[in-house]
Amino acid sequence: MNPFSSGTRLRDMIRAVRACKTAAEERAVIRKECAAIRAAVSENDQDYRHRNLAKLMFIHMLGYPTHFGQMECLKLIAAAGFPEKRIGYLGLMLLLDERQEVLMLVTNSLKQDLNHSNQYIVGLALCALGNICSAEMARDLAPEVERLLQFRDPNIRKKAALCSIRIIKKVPDLAENFINAAASLLKEKHHGALITGVQLCTDLCRVSEEALEYFRKKCTESMVKLLKEVVNSPYMPEYDIAGIADPFLHIRLLRFLRVLGQGDADASDLMNDILAQVATKSESNKNAGNAILYECVETIMSIEDNSGLRVLAINILGRFLSNRDNNIRYVALNMLMKAITVEGQAVQRHRATILECVKDNDASIRKRALELVYLLVNETNVMPLVKELIEFLEVSDQDFKGDLTAKICSIVEKFSPEKIWYIDQMLKVLSEAGNFVKDEVWHALIVVISNASDLHGYTVRSLYRVFQTSSEQESLVRVAVWCIGEYGEMLVNNVGMLDIEDPITVTGSDAVDIIEIAIKRHSSDLTTRAMCLIALLKLSGRFPSCSQRIREIIVQNKGSFLLELQQRSIEFSSIIEQHQNIRSTLVERMPVLDEATYSGKRAGSLSATGPTSNAASLNLPNGVAKPSAAPLVDLLDLSSDDVPAPSSSGGDFLQDLLGVDLSPAASLSGTGQAPKSGTDVLLDLLSIGSPPAQSSTSTADILSPSQDNTSVSSFQRISSPPSLSAQGSSPAQAAPMMDLLDGFSSSSPVAAEDNGLTYPSIVAFESSSLRINFDFSKAPGNPQTTLIQAKFSNLSPNVYTDFLFQAAVPKFLQLHLDPASGNTLPASVNGSIMQSLRVTNNQHGKKPLVMRIRIAYKVNGKDTLEEGQINNFPPDL
Amino acid sequence: MIKAVLVINDKGKPRLSKFYEFQPPEKQQELIRSVYGVLCSRPENVSNFVQSNQLFGLDSRLVYKTFATLYFVFIFDSSENELAMLDLMQVFVETLDKCFSNVCELDIVFNFSKVHTILDEIILGGQVLETSSTEIMKAVDEISRLEKASNAMTLVPKSIATWQSR
Repeated sequence: MNPFSSGTRLRDMIRAVRACKTAAEERAVIRKECAAIRAAVSENDQDYRHRNLAKLMFIHMLGYPTHFGQMECLKLIAAAGFPEKRIGYLGLMLLLDERQEVLMLVTNSLKQDLNHSNQYIVGLALCALGNICSAEMARDLAPEVERLLQFRDPNIRKKAALCSIRIIKKVPDLAENFINAAASLLKEKHHGALITGVQLCTDLCRVSEEALEYFRKKCTESMVKLLKEVVNSPYMPEYDIAGIADPFLHIRLLRFLRVLGQGDADASDLMNDILAQVATKSESNKNAGNAILYECVETIMSIEDNSGLRVLAINILGRFLSNRDNNIRYVALNMLMKAITVEGQAVQRHRATILECVKDNDASIRKRALELVYLLVNETNVMPLVKELIEFLEVSDQDFKGDLTAKICSIVEKFSPEKIWYIDQMLKVLSEAGNFVKDEVWHALIVVISNASDLHGYTVRSLYRVFQTSSEQESLVRVAVWCIGEYGEMLVNNVGMLDIEDPITVTGSDAVDIIEIAIKRHSSDLTTRAMCLIALLKLSGRFPSCSQRIREIIVQNKGSFLLELQQRSIEFSSIIEQHQNIRSTLVERMPVLDEATYSGKRAGSLSATGPTSNAASLNLPNGVAKPSAAPLVDLLDLSSDDVPAPSSSGGDFLQDLLGVDLSPAASLSGTGQAPKSGTDVLLDLLSIGSPPAQSSTSTADILSPSQDNTSVSSFQRISSPPSLSAQGSSPAQAAPMMDLLDGFSSSSPVAAEDNGLTYPSIVAFESSSLRINFDFSKAPGNPQTTLIQAKFSNLSPNVYTDFLFQAAVPKFLQLHLDPASGNTLPASVNGSIMQSLRVTNNQHGKKPLVMRIRIAYKVNGKDTLEEGQINNFPPDL
Repeated sequence: MIKAVLVINDKGKPRLSKFYEFQPPEKQQELIRSVYGVLCSRPENVSNFVQSNQLFGLDSRLVYKTFATLYFVFIFDSSENELAMLDLMQVFVETLDKCFSNVCELDIVFNFSKVHTILDEIILGGQVLETSSTEIMKAVDEISRLEKASNAMTLVPKSIATWQSR
C-alpha cells in the first residue's frame, strides 16, 4: 500500500487547511496533499481513489491546479459501486470541462450508466451529462436521453428533460427528435416534471422554428388552460413559497406563453384573459407574488399589442416603484426602461414616482431611476424635471453627483427651450457641482453665452452673484472669469438689464477682485490661472483706472514655474505698461464663436444651436478648430480673425495690419501657442516706443493698398507677398515690420520719402590684417533705423578662428547685433564673414551715427585684439 | 439559464463554487474574487441585485443574499426571473437547513460533496430542476442511503481483496 496515501482523511485535510494562518501555510499543506495524491495516482491506488478525488475537489475549489486528477474521475465512474460513481461524476462536473479530450473517453461509461438498472445511477449520469455535454456526446447520447423522457420515475423524466435542453442547445438539429416527447411532458401531473417539461418546450421553441409552430398550434390553448388551473386552485401545497402556490410553475408557464405569443396575434389573443387575471389576482405583498406579477408584466409587454393590458402592466410596475422592498423597485425600473419604447405615454404617468426613486437610499436604484428619467425627458416636461433634478443635486451624495450632473447637463443641452433657461440651469449646475462638470459642457456653455448677445449683461451679472457663493467650483470659476473678462463693463454699467434682474452695483475694482480671488485660489489649476491672466488683460482695457492694480496682479506670476503663466504674465504686463493706446483695441471682445461648427465638433448636438450669430461668415481657425483653446485665445489669435470692425481706429490699424500682413505666415497664429519667433515678432512689433495719437483717416489711407497713393507706395511694397514671406523667421527679418510701425508712430511725413534712398557703402575699418565694409539700408517707413550689413575680410595669410565682432554706441543710439555668419575667417581675402547690425537713431536728423568697435580672434591659437572707432558714416543715417 | 452558483464566506473564501458555463479554473478564481470584492463593499439595506456585465459578460445578472457569515450568489441571464431566483435561493438554503439541521458555515465546509449533491437536485445544467425542498430532501436522502448501504457492502470485499492479494 502506498505509504503517502494512507495519510489524512478528507476531514483532516480540511481541518489542516482551516488551521492555516497564512496563505503560505495553506500552500504548503496543499502541496503536501497534492504530492501524496499524485503518488497515489501514479501507483494506481484503488482503495483511496474515492477519497483522493474528494480531496481534489476541495483543493480545486480553493483555486489550486488539479488537472492530474482528471483520469481518476473516469476510473471512478467506470467503477461498479455507487459511492465511487457519485464522487466520480461530481469530480467530472467540477474538474473537467467540455473542451477536454479526456471527455471523449467518458461517453461510453455514460451510455452504460444511462441504461443502468439503478435509477439513481441513471440520475447521476443524466446530471453529469446535463452539465458537461459536448456536441459529440450530444449526438451519441441523444437517443438514450430521449428514451429516458418516458422513464417511469418522474425524477428521471425531469432530469432527462433538462438534459435534453443541453443537447438541443449544443446540436439544434436534434431538436425535432424531442418535440413529441416534450409535448407529452406538458400533460405531466408530477410537478417537477411539468416545470422541466415547460422549460424544455420553451427552449425547443427558441432553437427551432418548426417546434415553435408546432407548440403554437397544439399547445397554446392547453397552456392557457393549465395556467388557469394553476392560478385558480392550490395546485400542490408542498410547492407553496411563502403562501403563494407554486410561483415557479406560474413563471415558467408565463414565459412559455410569451414565447408562443410573441409575433403571433392569434396566440396573443388567446392568452389575454388569463394574463389579465394573473395581473389582477396575484398578491403583491410577497416576493413570490411579485415575481409572478413581474413575469406577467414582461409577457404582456412582449406579446402582440393589447394596449389595455399594457397600461395595466405599466401600472403594476408603477405600484412596484412604491414598494418597500428594494428588489421590487429595482426590477420595476429595469422593466420600465424596456417598456418606455413600447408604451411611453403610460410610463410618463409614473414620472413623479420615478423621480422619487432618483432620491432612493440604494445607489443602484438611484442610478437606474436616473437613467429612466433621462429617457423620459421630452420638450414638454423638461423644465419641471430639470428643476427637480437640480434641487436634488443640492442634497445628493458626492458619489452620485458625477452621474447626476452629467445627466442634467445632457438633458439641459438637448431639450432647452430657450437660451436664458439654458444659461440659468447651467449656472445652477455649475454652482452646485461645478467640479463634476466635464470640460466640453462648460465650453459649450461659453459658446452659447457668446452667441446670446442680448444676454451677455444678464449672464455676467448672474455669474458675478453666483461666484460670491460658489467660488470653490472650478468650472464655474472658469466660466465666470471668461465672462467677466469679455463682458466686464456690462457688470458695471448694467447694460441690457432684464426685467427679472435685481439691479446690482459693481465697480471695476470689484470685477478685478473676482479675478484676483480666482487666480489666487490654491485649487485653481493652470487653465484657470491662464484664463484669469487673459481676463485681467481684458479688464485693463475695460477699466483703465484699474490698470495699475491689474498690472500688479499680473506681475505676481512673472516668476511662475509654469512657462505658460510666466510668459503670459510678462507679455501682458508689458502690454499694459507700454502700450496704453493700443491696449483697448488689443483686448476687444472675442468674436462670436460659431455654435453650429462647435456643436458639429461635439458628438452631441445642442438643440438650442442654430447659426444665430449675426456675423454671418465668421471663420475662426483657432476658436473653432480647437474649442478648448477658445476661451484661452490669446493676443495672437486676434491677428488671424477677421473681426467685425471695432470702433477705434488704432484697432483697425493693428488688426488690419496683422490680419493682412501676418496671415500668410500662418504658422504665427496656427494654434494657441505661437512659435517663439512669432511671439518675438509681435513683441518687437509692440515695443516701438510711445507713438503719438493718430488720426484715423491717415491710417486708413495708408493702409488701403488699393488706393493709388504715391505716398504709400512703400507700404504697398511691404504688404506684398514677397517681403512677407521672409517674415517671422528671425528677428532681423522682422525688422522691416518694426520700422513700419515706428514710421506710423512718429507719423512723420518725411518717412516715406526717406525710403528708396540708397547710401554709399563705406570701409568702416582697415588695418594691416583686417578690413570691415559696411553696406547700409533703411528699414522702409522707419527713417530712424538703419540696417548695416558688415563684411569682414582677412588680409593676412593666416586663418582667423574664434572671430568675434563687438560694437558700442552712444546713448542716443540703440544697437542690435545679429549672429555672425561664422566665426572662422579664411586667409588672404578668400572669403568673408557677414553680420547684420541694426542701429536706431533717436536723434535722427540731428546727430550722425558713431560707433566704437572691437574685434577679437585667434591666429595660430594666439589671441589677437583690434579696436577702432567709426566716424565716417554717411550723414542722415 | 443560471451561469453560476457561488457560496463565499465573509472573508472571501469560496465555500461552494459551481459554474454551469465553461470557465477556466484561473478565471473561476478571479470571478470569485471580484464577486466578493463587489459584495463586501455593498452597504446594507440595498437591493440584492448587482450589475455583473463586466464580470460575466453581457446579459448577466447577479443576485445575492447574506446568511450569517455566508454570501449566497446566483448568476444568471435574462431568461430567468430575478425575483424567482431569490426564491430559488431561499429553497436552496431551506434545504440545506433541513439537511444539516441549522446549517452553518462549517457544515458546508466539511460536507461540500453533499452540498453539491443537494445543488444538483435543484439545478441541472443551469436549469431549475426542482423547487420543492421536500422533493429535494427525498432524493438526497435516497442517495445518502444508497451510499451507506454500498459502503457497508464494499467494506468486506475490500478487506478480503487485500487479504487475498497478500
